[in-house]
Amino acid sequence: MAGSLQGGRTSRRIGHVTFRAILTLFMVAILNFLLFRVIPGDPADMLLAGARNSVSAEQIESQRKSWGLDRPLIPDQLLNYLSTTFQGDLGYSFKFSGRRVADLILERLPATIALVGVAQVIAILCGVMLGIYAGWRRGGAIDHVVSGTSLALYSTPPFWLGMVLVLVFSTALGWLPGYGSYSPSAATADLPDWLGDRARHLVLPVLAIALGLIGQYVVVARAAMSDVVTEDYMVTARAKGLTSGQMLMRHAFRNALLPVVTLVTLNLGYIVSGAITVESVFAWPGIGSLTVEAVNGRDYPVLQGVFLLLGLSIVVANLVTDLAYGILDPRVR
Amino acid sequence: MKNPCQQAKAPILAVEGLAVDYRLRGSSLPTIRDVSFEIQAGEAVALVGESGSGKTTTAMAIAGLLPPNAAVSGGEVRYRGDRLPIDDDAAMRPHRWSEISVVFQGAMNALNPVHRIIKQIAEPCQLQLGMSRDEAIARARELLELVGISAERGRAYPHELSGGMRQRVMIAMALACSPSIVIGDEPTTALDVITQAQILKLLTALRSQLNLALILITHDLSVVAECCDRVMIMYAGRLVEDGSVADIFANPKHPYTKLLIESIPNPEHGKRMVRPIPGDPPTLQHRPSGCAFRSRCPSAMPVCATEVPNLKRWEQGRVACYLHPPMKHEEKALANA
Ligand SMILES: Nc1ncnc2c1ncn2[C@@H]1O[C@H](COP(=O)(O)OP(=O)(O)O)[C@@H](O)[C@H]1O
Ligand SMILES: [Mg+2]
Repeated sequence: MAGSLQGGRTSRRIGHVTFRAILTLFMVAILNFLLFRVIPGDPADMLLAGARNSVSAEQIESQRKSWGLDRPLIPDQLLNYLSTTFQGDLGYSFKFSGRRVADLILERLPATIALVGVAQVIAILCGVMLGIYAGWRRGGAIDHVVSGTSLALYSTPPFWLGMVLVLVFSTALGWLPGYGSYSPSAATADLPDWLGDRARHLVLPVLAIALGLIGQYVVVARAAMSDVVTEDYMVTARAKGLTSGQMLMRHAFRNALLPVVTLVTLNLGYIVSGAITVESVFAWPGIGSLTVEAVNGRDYPVLQGVFLLLGLSIVVANLVTDLAYGILDPRVR
Repeated sequence: MKNPCQQAKAPILAVEGLAVDYRLRGSSLPTIRDVSFEIQAGEAVALVGESGSGKTTTAMAIAGLLPPNAAVSGGEVRYRGDRLPIDDDAAMRPHRWSEISVVFQGAMNALNPVHRIIKQIAEPCQLQLGMSRDEAIARARELLELVGISAERGRAYPHELSGGMRQRVMIAMALACSPSIVIGDEPTTALDVITQAQILKLLTALRSQLNLALILITHDLSVVAECCDRVMIMYAGRLVEDGSVADIFANPKHPYTKLLIESIPNPEHGKRMVRPIPGDPPTLQHRPSGCAFRSRCPSAMPVCATEVPNLKRWEQGRVACYLHPPMKHEEKALANA
């Protein structure tokens, strides 16, 4: 009886958060559409500006027409945008004429996922563990070192960290490549060499992103654990005769994880959106660089695609956060 | 049980000269001083005092649960005649919960929000008594029934229970390893009056059923009468009076005890405003010389400022006041000089 009630409540909650996610996504799409229409500057003018002398007003007008820019914003352009978008068609790039936005994004996605994904995995493993340990042994020597370093890393901009890493390990020491995701010479090598080359290119940009994330995770995990160790139920656990290890594993760990899980799963949303500044520093061919290129060229469809991807990943990350939190904390089930 | 002081039996718990200090920003603050008392098996003793008087600190020291910034700076605690290693966490572990258990004040916070209550009750049975998981769960179900909760409710999480239910769960948990002593640190303070009465009744019933010694900590003297044999009054970290419930209520000796009893709301006097004791208790940082109560005491004498009065045996109980025993005439003249 109690079990089925509980089960019913849980599935209702899951339905509720899923519905909310879909609604949010819809709003993101509309906002995304409107945002790009209010930015000043006409893409047709922009694109043909260099050739202004040889291009007639009629030609610009015909270009505008072919992009659908002559029709009214609402409802024509909006409805057109929504219906094509939800069919998976993100339109064609203004700049790389004839190239589908979806293809451009898919082309850049693997590099970004490799970069930010690896950085996240490393940061989660190191940052959360270090933070939990520092909070558990707060006030100790390890805590002082770990939290001091983390605060410094957390407050350092990743692109600056990236530039320092390049200067030291690439320019000065020459140990690791400082830009790009592979060496042209290794592009046709056999698998082990090819993998090694890719991995070597990953090291510095991954570090630039991961170090800041580690700092952030340590700070949050440590704070969460510091709160948990002063909770009354930890005194209860101690009174019950648990060893310090049992107190940590059975009572403190899961409670300390709650705020951390929120942050981590929300951050996972950024895996696909890339790291704009770090990708720029390392000339990393990912979504971040694509975004910068699209901004510079007023490439509305590409920017829209990238923003939609960002919105989608944040919404999905939120959904995952809600569901994961429900598993960890019975109070929100 | 009427007069435990005269029992020949060895006490189950003996506290002798207990002193506790808190370290705060580099300075060491004397918080508990010279606390001595004995408790017999099955006896129910109340520890009463204003908030901040050191009741919780005393209880935590006895249970070996002081926070890291507290230190036992003197005295000892003996359980069945053997010294308890109250300042050594690892050595204390085998004694925990199976000899002394604690029902904490806020049961909402004292239970872990992410675990089912049955698991939290079963946990010490597994870890302290070495039961298997199934045995421990079976024991936990029995304990839930014992405190008046159906075993099925064991699957609930703490937040799904009312305050009274949670406190029952705490009590079930405290009984898990069949301790001989249960310390209740204001177990009913957060509850409404009716639930409070139910919980106290439950504690009293379980105490006689299981022959538990109970140390009931409270700032509310009125709850003591029905469920305790003896009362100890604490003021500013020291015991100032100790006596049977009947004696304390009929014939309080320490001026502080007298004022405490006068400040109990009396339903017979209708809605008359309760008169709180004027003045404030001394802070940890500023403990006066002599008797800590003298600044609020209607009977303070010059001698009270000289030295702390000892807790001395007097009539049926103990009291720490220069009024008891009454001084002879020439002594009084000397004291007031
Ligand atoms: N962890 C602590 N650190 C420093 N001082 C404390 C701590 N806990 C209690 N105290 C101080 O010790 C005194 C006694 O507190 P406590 O034992 O909690 O009293 P009670 O339980 O009677 O209200 C108070 O003055 C309180 O401020
Ligand atoms: Mg207290």
